[in-house]
Amino acid sequence: MHGGEVAVGERRFDVTGITRVEGEGSLRLAVRDGNVTEAHLAIFEAPRYFEQLVLGRTPDDVLDIVARICGICPVAYQMSAVHAFEDLLGVVIDPSVRALRRLLYCGEWIESHALHVYLLHAPDFAGLASAVELARVDRAAVERGLAIKRVGNRLVSLLGGRPIHPVSVRVGGFSRVPRAADLAQIRPELDDALRGALATMDWVAGFSVPDFERDPLLVSLRHATDYPMNEGRIVSNDGMDIEPGAWESAFQEQQVPWSHALQARDRDGRAYLLGPASRVTLAGEQLHPLALAALDRSGLATAIARNPYWGIAARAVEIVHAVAVAIEIIDGYGEPARPMEPWAPGPGIAAWATEAPRGLLFHRYRLDERGRIAEASIVPPTSQNQAAIEADLTAFAPMVLGLDHAAATHRFEQLIRSYDPCISCATHFLDLRVEDQS
Amino acid sequence: MLATRTPTPRGAAPRRPRLGVVKFASCDGCQLTLLDLEDQLLDLVAAFDLVEFAEASSHRSSGPFDIVLVEGSISTPEQAEEIIRIRSQATLLVVIGACATAGGIQALRNWRDHEIVRRAVYADPAYVDALATSTPISDHVTVDAELRGCPIDPQQLLELLTALAVGRRPQIPNEAVCLECKRQGTVCVLVARNEPCLGPVTHTGCGAICPAFARGCYGCFGPREAANTGSLVAWFGRDGRPATETAALFSGFTAYARPFRSAIDDLGGPPGPAAPAGDTPSQEVGGDARR
Repeated sequence: MHGGEVAVGERRFDVTGITRVEGEGSLRLAVRDGNVTEAHLAIFEAPRYFEQLVLGRTPDDVLDIVARICGICPVAYQMSAVHAFEDLLGVVIDPSVRALRRLLYCGEWIESHALHVYLLHAPDFAGLASAVELARVDRAAVERGLAIKRVGNRLVSLLGGRPIHPVSVRVGGFSRVPRAADLAQIRPELDDALRGALATMDWVAGFSVPDFERDPLLVSLRHATDYPMNEGRIVSNDGMDIEPGAWESAFQEQQVPWSHALQARDRDGRAYLLGPASRVTLAGEQLHPLALAALDRSGLATAIARNPYWGIAARAVEIVHAVAVAIEIIDGYGEPARPMEPWAPGPGIAAWATEAPRGLLFHRYRLDERGRIAEASIVPPTSQNQAAIEADLTAFAPMVLGLDHAAATHRFEQLIRSYDPCISCATHFLDLRVEDQS
Repeated sequence: MLATRTPTPRGAAPRRPRLGVVKFASCDGCQLTLLDLEDQLLDLVAAFDLVEFAEASSHRSSGPFDIVLVEGSISTPEQAEEIIRIRSQATLLVVIGACATAGGIQALRNWRDHEIVRRAVYADPAYVDALATSTPISDHVTVDAELRGCPIDPQQLLELLTALAVGRRPQIPNEAVCLECKRQGTVCVLVARNEPCLGPVTHTGCGAICPAFARGCYGCFGPREAANTGSLVAWFGRDGRPATETAALFSGFTAYARPFRSAIDDLGGPPGPAAPAGDTPSQEVGGDARR
């Protein structure tokens, strides 16, 4: 699979199955004289060619199709696409529809983050293999996580009919909008989830993480009034500030021989990091006051930007934020005059970025004269994070190469999981191979 | 459905069935549905010995399995080999979701020239090892049971696992989506609003979500038994709807399942760039062609 030339007498680690990530991939490290000369995070998820599958389809068809890129974050794919089309076609959505779109996205952030924090990542901090094992030592914690996750799924179901691949998002609005009374049903569960989210923040802040710091280039959306989600400009911690549709002016995708996912870098060839840690760092002042207070109490605001293992704390802060915002939206909700604005198909370039749970998700479509898709480019967060993860693995490796093979592998796996890579999106298992070429 | 329990010698503690969850080409949504059974998850995993589920546990097993849930379609040469190995390790093989039961949305490439598709996405396609087609699991190995849907329905998954845990036959209805709409009292979008809807020919199980959300069914549970697609296609064409639009309706997440596949062929193929001249859109490629 990797076909690397291997020096005689080398020390070689060959492990299959980095688990608790969404998708299939592998890691290969080449080591010479204790230094990593190559770190390749490879994604072997079978290619599904979504950018080709949408050709000839209508914008509304695209919303159903791109959801299937990812079972964990289908709403993100629907959101980047629907905003892109509405921006091109001049469709101005009702403010209540805008609020419902954010509520739907809050639901997805809650279920996706709770899944990662409790079921995929937390077992690492307890030295356990799964949430099932974690439940044997701390059933209350796992039940708390499942309850939070359930509320996220319930929100998506209320607005879209089901938690995975919801059906209601249409260009111009929704095929059907909920009544205020439908949303009110979920208020008691959201109040419980808010308590659970605050408890989550205190719980993860007490975890002990490896001492590993670096100073990555961070990129996220930023918006004048809202924490980044559906809208905003693309900003970085080194001064970038561009329109969301201008992603291609600042970044580019390239194919690398070791992966089915295209890798993105900035135009200067630099790796960059997207996701909760970037958003908390670049737009933390926009967090809901309850989330900001929880972040302050944890004392982790700076550490989140520098230590990738604190990604779990960034996710916990965003759960508090998303639950609190969901409560506000529901309390302020008034049904829109109509669920959908009328629109007419037309040609042109539709481009937009929103914040998926794992980071900035860019879509660009060219529509032909009949308003059908003639060309598509979809850049998921994990393919953008690939290069930054490789750089971090290279920097981290000297800390663990002295350990025995199983222990070193375990530590690499944990580092990779801390980014919550969604490999199904990027094109699933991770297979670790470390070669000592000295 | 076969008997699932290994006979337990009188007086011995029952052995928990060894359950595996594996995936091929897919979005992970169907295996995620297991984790979405939040209220039952901890009890369910106590009823089974969950020996393989890479997305949720670092403990791995390559078999043997009493039951294996298979998500995803076969779309690479490695997958075509791996499914045969998994079949050899499994007493019961249950396919879950539209990718595993029908090839998934990615089976739309079966109507296209794979080389053109691959080159359009990857600058250097040589690094990308994929089959020209995306095919259902049953094209490759014998399948014991299936759950339809894109994604599968959580309650159907719960029913399947509960039935397997106690060794009874799961109750999975196979009527049309239409009947569910009638039971729910949902206004028929096809009759009332002339909204094209695949409900009459689509397998039930989702809870008739789309009509309840004021849109036509898009067929994600695939064709029901003896689906009369010809009659529905004729209905859609009554008002002068172009064949290409009707073809697009069937060209979704279960497009490659018959008779949806035949309907698409009859209507001139799915939307998108035309297949190269001389290419037979639905030629059987690889595996056995029982579908």
